[in-house]
Amino acid sequence: MLNETEKEEVARELERYPTRQAACIEALKIVQKRHGYVSDEHLAELAGLLGMTEDELDGVATFYSLIFRRPVGRHVILLCDSVSCYVMGYEDIYRHLRGGLGIEFGQTTADGRFTLLPAPCLGCCDRAPAMMIDDDLQLDLTGPKVDQILAQYQ
Amino acid sequence: MDKPLTKNIDLARGPLDLAGYERAGGYQALRKALGSMSPQDVQQAVSDSNLRGRGGAGFPTGKKWSFVPMGPQAPRPKYLCVNADEMEPGAFKDRLLMENDPHLLLEGVILSAYAIEAQVAYIFLRKEYVLSARRLEQALGEAGQAGLVGKNILGGGFDLEIHLHTSAGRYICGEETGLLNSLEGKRANPRFKPPHPQVSGLWGKPTIINNVETLCCVPGIIANGAEWFGKLSRTADGGTKLYGVSGRVNRPGCWEMPMGSTIGEILDRAGGMKQGYRLRGLIPGGASTEFLTDQHTDAVMDFEGLGKYGSRMGTGTMVILDDRTCVVGMCHNLMKFFARESCGWCTPCRDGLPWVRDLLWALETGQGQAGDLDLLEMHTQQLGPGLTYCALAPGAMEPLIGALRHFRGDFQRHIDQKGCPWRR
Repeated sequence: MLNETEKEEVARELERYPTRQAACIEALKIVQKRHGYVSDEHLAELAGLLGMTEDELDGVATFYSLIFRRPVGRHVILLCDSVSCYVMGYEDIYRHLRGGLGIEFGQTTADGRFTLLPAPCLGCCDRAPAMMIDDDLQLDLTGPKVDQILAQYQ
Repeated sequence: MDKPLTKNIDLARGPLDLAGYERAGGYQALRKALGSMSPQDVQQAVSDSNLRGRGGAGFPTGKKWSFVPMGPQAPRPKYLCVNADEMEPGAFKDRLLMENDPHLLLEGVILSAYAIEAQVAYIFLRKEYVLSARRLEQALGEAGQAGLVGKNILGGGFDLEIHLHTSAGRYICGEETGLLNSLEGKRANPRFKPPHPQVSGLWGKPTIINNVETLCCVPGIIANGAEWFGKLSRTADGGTKLYGVSGRVNRPGCWEMPMGSTIGEILDRAGGMKQGYRLRGLIPGGASTEFLTDQHTDAVMDFEGLGKYGSRMGTGTMVILDDRTCVVGMCHNLMKFFARESCGWCTPCRDGLPWVRDLLWALETGQGQAGDLDLLEMHTQQLGPGLTYCALAPGAMEPLIGALRHFRGDFQRHIDQKGCPWRR
């Protein structure tokens, strides 16, 4: 169930658009902020609030790469794999992350600490390779630097 | 030279607040427009300035606006959407503006909304731009309190709501009609055109979608005039341009320079190639532009200048191909991106892009066959302009066309040597 804060947040979003459906992406993110992902139960509840069928809302939710319909780790790593980061060696960073965490793109560590995902260009090509962990941008990555950064996220 | 886009930007200090922005001359253009110009006057000034859209396509901004129905009979509400979904691989210019001078964007939004008589503006921002979101929210709060946004702006009788909409991923949201569907809470599949958004856009109402950098040019044009804006440029396209360089150069970055600067001048700003690396080529303006080579450093970076070499300026942020990077690998990386980001709505893009990606991977891993280059050429035709709903697939083919034209020998070597010469 959505708690009162979430309901208020969704209500605020509804005021910003002329149709209820238009608030659905923001609403999905409100749920995801607290739970890490959007469960079937939450999806159904939101669909009711937004005047959409569950399938309609799921069609939207599954389209967007940053709406998660399955549980993710406590921290989500978005590693940029676009062209500037390719030229600057993101593949080495990916290899390093795979070795250190024992997971590939799309997977979550057994201890539930990290989920690793590829990200389209993060828009900091002058500081490549780059990644985000949760809301934090991490730039000019090297293997040792990645280890230091990961240690900050428990 | 005047730098209207970056004059307030000081990375060490951070963005100006409202008071600071006004002390630096900010919101004077808005006061001028609301005080002494009609919406048509603002449109005319922007048309006269030869401002062309900075999102990549370069459509003349004044002309785009001119298709919006005006006057009391026009359908309402009308909408202005800010395309702040910067996700073109290699592009990192709009981030600079939003993080470091959010009020400049807001002033551009208010002026442009006034010009088309829009009542509501949405800033469509990608989710990953967290700092941009925070700084735009802050600026919006200040502007609202000061009566610069909302009802009866500055007492001039113009009403405008501005909403920040943060998205949830997917490159296709940057395609203007995909963006509209996304704002409506749908999958971001592009729409068929016509009708064009100017006539029937967001919820079927007249809508303009402009890029962040484009809108940031508008306050300067209104404050200083179209002629001033034209003189900032070395060519027919008005203004300055944010150019960027990434890859193996000494000082990768993004700078405001006269429109029409050459590739060589921009590379100089980047401090030239890093020691041990030689320039072989570049994609001049993001992932959807054709490769050029080290022979093109005199080429002029504006909306026409690269056409004679078969390429285009796109976003103006170039990615460098150095001699230690494989062009086939780089193309594979680009196609992997485009295949993943295809919305799947139309068949050539949905099925063609993975095929191209896989052909390139076969070359990279030594599985390439004699006819593969012909197959790649075939796809550059069949995914080309006019055969898909939107520009994603044709854009994806541009770097491949350029790579096959300028670096065909490298592709052939992958077949002859059964693998990638750079990966050994």
